[in-house]
Amino acid sequence: MNNKLVVSTSPHLHKDESISKIMWMVALSLIPAGAAGVFIFGLKALGVIILSIVCALVTELFLQVLTKRKVTLLDGSAFLTGLLLAYNLPPHVPFWIPIIGSFFAIAIGKQVFGGLGQNIFNPALVGRVFLVASWPKYMTIFTKPLNYDAITQATPLALLKEGKILENVSYLDLFLGKRGGCIGEVCILALLLGAAFLLLKGYIFWHIPITYILTVGVFTYIFGPQGLFSGDWLFHILSGGLILGAFFMATDYVTSPLTHKGQIIFGLGCGLITAVIRLWGGYPEGVSYAILMMNAATPVIDRYTKNRIYGTR
Amino acid sequence: MKKFFSEFLRGIFRENPTFVLVLGLCPTLAVSVSLINGVGMGIAATFVLLGSNVIIALLRNFIPDRIRIPCFIVVIATFVTITEMTMKAYSPALNRALGIYVPLIVVNCIVLGRAEAYAQKNTVINSLFDGLGMGVGFIWALLLISAIREFLGAGKLFGHTLIKGFEPAFVLGMPSGALLVIGLLLGFFNVLRGLREK
Repeated sequence: MNNKLVVSTSPHLHKDESISKIMWMVALSLIPAGAAGVFIFGLKALGVIILSIVCALVTELFLQVLTKRKVTLLDGSAFLTGLLLAYNLPPHVPFWIPIIGSFFAIAIGKQVFGGLGQNIFNPALVGRVFLVASWPKYMTIFTKPLNYDAITQATPLALLKEGKILENVSYLDLFLGKRGGCIGEVCILALLLGAAFLLLKGYIFWHIPITYILTVGVFTYIFGPQGLFSGDWLFHILSGGLILGAFFMATDYVTSPLTHKGQIIFGLGCGLITAVIRLWGGYPEGVSYAILMMNAATPVIDRYTKNRIYGTR
Repeated sequence: MKKFFSEFLRGIFRENPTFVLVLGLCPTLAVSVSLINGVGMGIAATFVLLGSNVIIALLRNFIPDRIRIPCFIVVIATFVTITEMTMKAYSPALNRALGIYVPLIVVNCIVLGRAEAYAQKNTVINSLFDGLGMGVGFIWALLLISAIREFLGAGKLFGHTLIKGFEPAFVLGMPSGALLVIGLLLGFFNVLRGLREK
């Protein structure tokens, strides 16, 4: 009888969801894209993914033991960081690139700030940007799809930047992933499958990805190469890491705004920066920089889009 | 003598200008790309610091309180001009590498900070040892930062390649790399100090 009456403070209704369950679900939803990447670029891509994940986990464990904090290896966040970082790497990088990248992503991108929930920037993107700035030579070598002899081929966006005409890449090829690019970003179909799963389960909301993709589309359509309103908007949406970034990295809970209003501003900003970098910037692709820059703006956005507390002005 | 020695040591560890006082970060960030630049900047700043500390300590009873900053700047600028002319005459390559940061020693906050916080209140001998200690502290901090940045960012030390096949991370040679290295070192020394106080 003594144990029948439970006195507790609200909330009284719980969902069985937790941070680690969501993390593992996001990792699960990324599997189709990774499988497609491995199919398109060969087993070397699988090696990059595994190395990156293992090194992320080892770094997390090492730093949490070193700083005498609770070891949270199985909450899936380090796993996800390693996975996302690998998806952002070209398939034929030297083996030490994913190792250093994941170490940097976890150590500098996350643990320096105090671990999960404290980081300002998306750790996987911090790792990628560090690698691009440090070893541009290896980070810009992309290989031909469905050809396992590692013949190099530039990405469609890089070709566009150099002013070359794209003849043999159709929209269907772009959609299915038959193009040079990073491991996880090429197969749009697989990415959309994963994204639909996350949206249906309610783990991410449409506000950031949709505004992000629409902004890029509209902007690149308006400022086309042959004057206003002549841009190839579908090409810009389907190429580069836009879909991967918009659905899986811009929506990171820790580094994106809390309210829907803020998320729409976040998506708009990401889209604008991405389009500006792609059209006039020095790099062919700007998704990672755009998301990192808007990550930095997130606290400000949160401050100005706070929901009104009921009953106050 | 022991007192002078402790004045000297204070600048090296306990009140290290770069890692504890966090002063003079502008030249530290800018010139620490290579060891030779770091050494050059460290020695130049130490010379200016020594000179200005001694002269300001000598003049401390004659400088009116209200216009002390312009007076300090005049003294410091004199020594910076001497340094710059000497450097141009004897080591034009170093002068080119350091560029605008040599004349900018005038506004280096270590120099002005020590004049304001120490030399204008203390005797000449004490100020001399304070300047020397701060200078050596600045030199070793610069040496450490530029050694890390040159080794990891260019794969070299003093311009010599050490390990064949080592792939340097270019980002450490860039300004963002300087901020990264200094930030991590600051954190490291804070941890060390925390351990010692415990």
